[in-house]
Amino acid sequence: MESKEKVADVRELGEALDAVIARMADQRGILLPLLHALQEQFGYIDAKAVPLIAEALNLSRAEVHGVLSFYHDFRAKPAGCHVVKLCRAESCQARGGAAMEAAMADRLGVTMGDTRGDGRVTLEPVYCLGLCAIGPNALVDGRPVAKLDAAAVDRIVVEVTA
Amino acid sequence: MTRVFISRDMASVALGADAVADAFVQAGCEVVRTGSRGLFAIEPLVEVETENGRIGYGSVLPDDVAAVLDGTHAGRLGDVSALPFFARQQRFTFSRCGLVDPLRLADYAAHGGWAGLEKARALSQQAVVDAVKASGLRGRGGAGFPTGIKWQTVLDAAGSEKFIVCNADEGDSGTFADRMLMEGDPYCLIEGMTIAGHAVGAGYGYIYIRSEYPFAIKMMQAAIERSSHLIAPFTLEVRVGAGAYVCGEETALLDSIEGKRGQVRAKPPLPAIAGLFGQPTVINNVLSLAAIPFILAEGSERYADVGFGRSRGTIPVQLAGNVKNGGLFEIGFGITLGELVNEIGGGTASGRPVRAVQVGGPLGAYFPPSMFDLPFDYEAFAKAGGLIGHAGITVFDDSVHMARMARFAMEFCAVESCGKCTPCRIGSTRGVELIDRIISKDLRAIGVLEQQPQMRNAGHAAKTLDQEIGLLRDLCDTMKHGSLCALGGFTPYPVLSALDYFPEDFGGEPTLADAAE
Repeated sequence: MESKEKVADVRELGEALDAVIARMADQRGILLPLLHALQEQFGYIDAKAVPLIAEALNLSRAEVHGVLSFYHDFRAKPAGCHVVKLCRAESCQARGGAAMEAAMADRLGVTMGDTRGDGRVTLEPVYCLGLCAIGPNALVDGRPVAKLDAAAVDRIVVEVTA
Repeated sequence: MTRVFISRDMASVALGADAVADAFVQAGCEVVRTGSRGLFAIEPLVEVETENGRIGYGSVLPDDVAAVLDGTHAGRLGDVSALPFFARQQRFTFSRCGLVDPLRLADYAAHGGWAGLEKARALSQQAVVDAVKASGLRGRGGAGFPTGIKWQTVLDAAGSEKFIVCNADEGDSGTFADRMLMEGDPYCLIEGMTIAGHAVGAGYGYIYIRSEYPFAIKMMQAAIERSSHLIAPFTLEVRVGAGAYVCGEETALLDSIEGKRGQVRAKPPLPAIAGLFGQPTVINNVLSLAAIPFILAEGSERYADVGFGRSRGTIPVQLAGNVKNGGLFEIGFGITLGELVNEIGGGTASGRPVRAVQVGGPLGAYFPPSMFDLPFDYEAFAKAGGLIGHAGITVFDDSVHMARMARFAMEFCAVESCGKCTPCRIGSTRGVELIDRIISKDLRAIGVLEQQPQMRNAGHAAKTLDQEIGLLRDLCDTMKHGSLCALGGFTPYPVLSALDYFPEDFGGEPTLADAAE
């Protein structure tokens, strides 16, 4: 049963890969857009995709793995149902970001950079969202939230754990 | 039907502009979504079109629709462009941002759009490059290299094809001008890149935008699609980064577009000679390219007439961090740091005294208020041991602990280092450890190794605070001169400036300047 699932997995990955490559036929240096597209579709880049990508783009597996592991955005395993990204950069620090980071981690019950045990939520650092005069800032499932305070942290916690 | 203007800039949306816009639609208004004017203290800003021009209302909530429409809302500002924050600006690059619907081609054309491209197309390639040279425009990404010289090199270089690359990997904390321009006036960047393509003979351009800017990515993609017939045969493509700060370094960015790890290349060869895919490449910051349409349309002299010393034209300054009137302030070079922080910025948002400002992002120096007479100018900042960078100013009040900020600079460098050169990759981690020891006063005791007879040149006593700080300065010196790019090379700026101007936070004596205050 388990092995069957894996086979289906690889086939699914291969089909997705072919579709993405066909879409990018007239572009050059497509490894990054391709990885973005796969992550968009599957939520992460499965290790099983690495040899398939390498073969399709005529690269070594080491090259694909090197790129995959270099960029912070690419995930090796699925994120939680909700992803909260908190800015840790200087401008948000100047507006009390560290305290909000501690409060968020405490209220969600997860450490920065981790997914909670029940898979409900992932808390990640981000270094600047470009909203530097209205921090501390967060991205909650892609939605920007500015001027985080204790009440805003409460609202986000309720939203992502409901 | 009443027409109202509400920003769809990511910052405005983060402050609730979408719900406000929905409420006005519900009330039967025609809502035009613009970019942001650039003063975030008044967002969400609603401007109502009247016979006497647009009347602005600040900090509007969804429930305020009726009060705004009958003019009784407490946040009534009148003509927004007459507010002191805007009246003092010289908006060359950001003239349309906040006024127009970013995607409406008719709006762009009606506000002077495409005039620069039209002029450029009537000129020879060399004449366009000469115009850029005469404007005195210098790279707004931070390095300040003359843009015209870069273009000349690419024009003169032989290659089977050439590229225009726009660096929109605006990763510096405290900066958001690139984001605002791409979201508020995307055709301006497209026009600038098309002029660059015409000038150097490039047919293809890439805009490399960081993934943390989802709004800008969508906006640029939509704008490219809608304007492709106007810029043809020049073709543009958006490339999305993947969370690597170092890709803001031009050669790492080129490798990233090529589908590789974003590692810094050794120079030479310069990208202008052998850049993207080994071909001659113009790589410029968003603000450099977005300044081009004005220069061509209005003339080089008009641009060069403004400025200070060898820094010509305007600089879109970004006031950020703990500042009351945060936002985008475009003005000619030469304005002082103190005017920007105190007069225009209005001091801190917390109401406490300003203790430090960091200029130029995570790699920029921290300055105390005693240095606020410094004019905004590439040379003046370099002389003072800092950099303008991308012109972001992050304000901190007196609750800041400067040794912790120095530690953060090293930590950030360690997280974001591409790993290619040793001073940056290893020096940053050693720097974090060293500053940790200094902060906690947990100084190193004499080790077993140092007590061996053959270690006669090693110290034979526990390290003192001065020795550890000396070691930190030594490490900074190595990173500054031994790193391959600005990440490792400039991380010492925040660290050394914190040490120089705020020694008391490292357990030392206050500086004379601070004691005198």
